[in-house]
Amino acid sequence: MHAMLAAGGPVIPSFGKSSSCVQDNGAFCFDWIRDNWDSTFQPALISHLKLTVIAVGIGFVLALGLALLAHQRRWLITPLTLVFATVFTIPSLALFQVLVPISGLTVLTAEIALVGYTLSILFANIITGLREVPAEVRDAARGMGLSDRQILFRVELPIALPAVMAGLRIATVTVISLATIATVITVQSLGGPIFEGIQNDFKTKYVAAGLLTVVLALVADGLLVITQRRLTPWARARRA
Amino acid sequence: MEKKNTAQEEGASSYPSAAPLEFRNVVKQYPGSDTRAVDDLSFEVPAGEICVLVGPSGCGKTTAMRMVNRMIDITDGDILLDGKSVVDRNPPELRREIGYVIQQIGLFPHQTIAQNIATVPKLLGWDKDRIGTRVDELLDLVSLPNDMGSRYPGQLSGGQRQRIGVARALAADPPLMLMDEPFGAIDPINRERLQDEFLRLQAEIRKTIVFVTHDIDEAIKMGDRIAILREGGILAQYDTPDAILSRPADEFVAQFVGVDRGLKRLALSHLGEIELAASNGQPADTPRAKRDASLRDALSLMMASGHQQIVVVDDNDEAVGVASLELIAGVLKLPNGSVTAPKKKTASETGETAAP
Repeated sequence: MHAMLAAGGPVIPSFGKSSSCVQDNGAFCFDWIRDNWDSTFQPALISHLKLTVIAVGIGFVLALGLALLAHQRRWLITPLTLVFATVFTIPSLALFQVLVPISGLTVLTAEIALVGYTLSILFANIITGLREVPAEVRDAARGMGLSDRQILFRVELPIALPAVMAGLRIATVTVISLATIATVITVQSLGGPIFEGIQNDFKTKYVAAGLLTVVLALVADGLLVITQRRLTPWARARRA
Repeated sequence: MEKKNTAQEEGASSYPSAAPLEFRNVVKQYPGSDTRAVDDLSFEVPAGEICVLVGPSGCGKTTAMRMVNRMIDITDGDILLDGKSVVDRNPPELRREIGYVIQQIGLFPHQTIAQNIATVPKLLGWDKDRIGTRVDELLDLVSLPNDMGSRYPGQLSGGQRQRIGVARALAADPPLMLMDEPFGAIDPINRERLQDEFLRLQAEIRKTIVFVTHDIDEAIKMGDRIAILREGGILAQYDTPDAILSRPADEFVAQFVGVDRGLKRLALSHLGEIELAASNGQPADTPRAKRDASLRDALSLMMASGHQQIVVVDDNDEAVGVASLELIAGVLKLPNGSVTAPKKKTASETGETAAP
């Protein structure tokens, strides 16, 4: 992309004719977006989505595993929380660069960083959710003859679900936002068109890609909210 | 009075619907502690009776109760349910055969009322139809409408939640129920209603019940027998409420039951249970009371109206006799047991109570 450093006006792929909106460097030239959807936006969107799903998916599995482990061995909670809180404070740009010497300019590098952020958010939320299960609910479950495993899967995790889902929402939106930065290590995402548009001072490109990122985040968040409401009908059922 | 009971169809366990319970020299000492939480506790609860464990905080009453279903491990001694030691049992399996009710109830907020009640039947592997029928039976039993089954605990009042807690504990028809201050978090008016309701329910189901409370009045009201514990988990007295009130074993018990124990004892018997004098033209303004009024209430009525007598009437408001101040005072002097024998229900009716 450094090759595309522009001097002067917007550098537009020379497909011959361009609309007046593009020539005036308009903020949102729909015809250009439509013409370049297949070549620019769709691949970036799909790649962005993949980065996000993989990061949140792996991050969730790891966070759940570690949270369950720490739930049984309480002494693990403090050190793990500290580690993840620290990871979360590292600026993404720096984290990507730190990882490049280790895992190169690869998708793997991007995923390691994004999984790290997901883990930091989800671990804290799952632990909090499990801790907030009322002591008397746990006591009643044990007193009725549920085994430890049954208490975990039938009582504690379902009750922690709203907190877990809240964590998933934050993690997903965060990862969608951060995935744009993966462009700096040459990994394709919606960050690509944003960076290119900025560097070439071509407004439509970065405005459209930015909007697409926002829409992706909103849609993902909306889907998670719907899922949460379906999974936890009890959380909204309160005495009228 | 016989209600349907799906739980007994196949028998969730090999137990009868109520089983005797025995504490045999039970000791609890926590690791690293010099003192015992429960010390050499021995007593027997006949099948179908309510045994109340009562005492000041730190007397080990809850610890004693929680050792029955192995929520707390027994250090020494043994607890026998239906003659079988609970120590050799797998704890989760044992707990499924013992009803468990706690003060904060602990309903599962993420499950409907029906799912909450179905907890133990589900663990025992009942089929869906049987569970559904049983849930409806239990909602009937605790006087709640069947359509409440689809609600969530967060939508219920405190009293309703408490009833669901009892229904859930009774789901698999356990021979024994453990109740730890079950009405402790309810306001006084509703508490009294729930207590009365529970006594009516118990008259029907006749479970063996271990009931923990710190409130001596509740103990006297609910208990067929009362075990008074003192600090260090030592049994101070184990007897019927009447015997404890008339003959406290020592200074500690006398203090714990209160200086008004005479009045409390009067509350245990009703006008219908004493030998009344014939009514012979009492003044028209003599207060009247029904036969099921307690002697304590009758006394209070006399004090309030300034009379020394009270006319006892039946349900049709016909005079059946007269109770006088001397008559009521005389009741307290009578040897223990002659007045208040059939305090409530189970003991005399089941015939399982050995004379003390």
